[in-house]
Amino acid sequence: MPVDVARMTKVFERPKSLTEARYTYCPGCHHGIITRIIGQTIDELGIAERTVGIAPVGCSVFAYLWYRCDAVQVAHGRASAVATGLKRAKPELIVFSYQGDGDFASIGTAESLHAANRGENITVIFVNNQIYGMTGGEMAPTTLVHQKTTTTPDGRDPATCGYPIRFSEIIATLDAPVYVTRQALYDTRRIQDCTRAVKKAFQNQVDGKGYSLVEILSTCPTNWRMSPTKANEHVANVVTQVFPLGDLVDRG
Amino acid sequence: MAERQLLRGNEVIAEAAIRAGCQCYFAYPITPQAELLEHMARNMPRLGRTFIQAESEVAAINMVYGAASAGVRTMTSSSSPGISLKMEGISYIAGSNLPAVIVNVVRGGPGLGNIAPSQCDYFQATKGGGHGDYHMIVLAPSTVPEAAVLTTLAFDLADLYRTPVMILADGLLGQMLEPVELPDPIDPASLPRKPWATTGAVGRDPNIILSFDLGPENLKRMNETLQTKYREIRAREIRYEETDVADADLVIAAYGSTARIAKSAVRMARAEGLKVGLFRPITVWPFPYDALRAVADHVSTVLTVEMSAGQMWEDVRLAVAERAATPFYGEMGGVVPTPRNILDEVRKHAR
Repeated sequence: MPVDVARMTKVFERPKSLTEARYTYCPGCHHGIITRIIGQTIDELGIAERTVGIAPVGCSVFAYLWYRCDAVQVAHGRASAVATGLKRAKPELIVFSYQGDGDFASIGTAESLHAANRGENITVIFVNNQIYGMTGGEMAPTTLVHQKTTTTPDGRDPATCGYPIRFSEIIATLDAPVYVTRQALYDTRRIQDCTRAVKKAFQNQVDGKGYSLVEILSTCPTNWRMSPTKANEHVANVVTQVFPLGDLVDRG
Repeated sequence: MAERQLLRGNEVIAEAAIRAGCQCYFAYPITPQAELLEHMARNMPRLGRTFIQAESEVAAINMVYGAASAGVRTMTSSSSPGISLKMEGISYIAGSNLPAVIVNVVRGGPGLGNIAPSQCDYFQATKGGGHGDYHMIVLAPSTVPEAAVLTTLAFDLADLYRTPVMILADGLLGQMLEPVELPDPIDPASLPRKPWATTGAVGRDPNIILSFDLGPENLKRMNETLQTKYREIRAREIRYEETDVADADLVIAAYGSTARIAKSAVRMARAEGLKVGLFRPITVWPFPYDALRAVADHVSTVLTVEMSAGQMWEDVRLAVAERAATPFYGEMGGVVPTPRNILDEVRKHAR
């Protein structure tokens, strides 16, 4: 039976806000899913022409390539400060920063915390994969206890390296943030939840409500030395024990 | 008609920035520039503009990066230790071709140093400071009225060349009160358009602001573009002042507050019949090498006087290129030379 393409309904396509540039991410890595979710959100809210993305340093350093919107590439850890400057200069813009765990929760600790504390009307996407992917798999502030990395070859020892930092929980202690949530992507239900959370975080900004943070537990199959499937199971069974999923603040 | 007021250097730079159309100002408190920050805190919000006391100098310069990306006139200010913290951001601003104004009210160093006037950040300001092959335009006012004029110029040059511009002041200039005529506020409609800014991709391709390219050949081209810009700036924007140079046998080379003190020393020396003049760079980057070399061709001595261990002295010697003697007199640690101190040095070398 021949297929009549003209009569078929298209149910899935590349968001219009994404370019056709090929991802630089490794196979199985969640950055690609997150990028798509953001693109879809920008489409649904119809904000591509007033959105400015902030690309960090790390695996997502090329983030400015994926979106059909203005973008600024910034210094390691400083994305929330740059977003502050941009948003204050042009409040009509929709400004989102895309930051990894090293960027957001280590070298950018001060900038991240204080942008949240000022309640900047921005959207922060915080990708937590518990490792420094781009530089070769070193320890991140979120690396799990006993997790092996290239700088904790015998596993993270809390006696000398401390514990994985729950940065979203710290931000959730502040009075200003409107929405702080932790999401994951290890199965379709989590992807749907995460998509709703990202949309809410952008909608809050569109509505002028204030600071929204979506932490997303992500995988790094390459540096975790796991298959993508195993990496998903690891997030579901192990990582979420340390970083529980769900809303931490919702004043929207 | 502009009014004449008795104002402190720090406040004059702040007010001149406001009148030059500075839309967003970000800074962290530090002595001896606190009055600048406080003037902005009092005045920017009531004008509907942005003032943020940032959590750090690092954050402040990155807020500047963001506001500059959005295409508005923006400034930060600090003093020496704080400027060190801004160096990463300044490198990114230069590498991304963004216009921004940075004020350094220099104090004694290194380390925590003290809060007294100094010129010990000349190397940092003129030779890089941050990483990579970049320069800032560096303007060195010598009086409070000139600080107002150079603040206006700083914003214009930053926009014209899409480059960071530093106002290199010192604690003396920042704290001193002088009668000054403030410039008239600019008409915002007269400001240059910035089609490269990230203001939302409406009816155009996205604008991307970055200082990054993994490909060596591409990054080389980005560097060459920067160097071409620096050549244009060197060709067009060198500024300096000569006082009593025409018949001089000894010329003092000094900038900023020290140049003003040296001017008094020149008058005292002239009263004694000594043929002494003053060469004052107003842009310390780009440095007026050719102009100073021309002076060196008809004097026996170029005496550099600085509140440092001899930082501008290196540029003076490059300029003079052994055409004249190049002695040095400097003070450090916040000690300010008096006209008499400088006159004593002049007497050692004048014929």
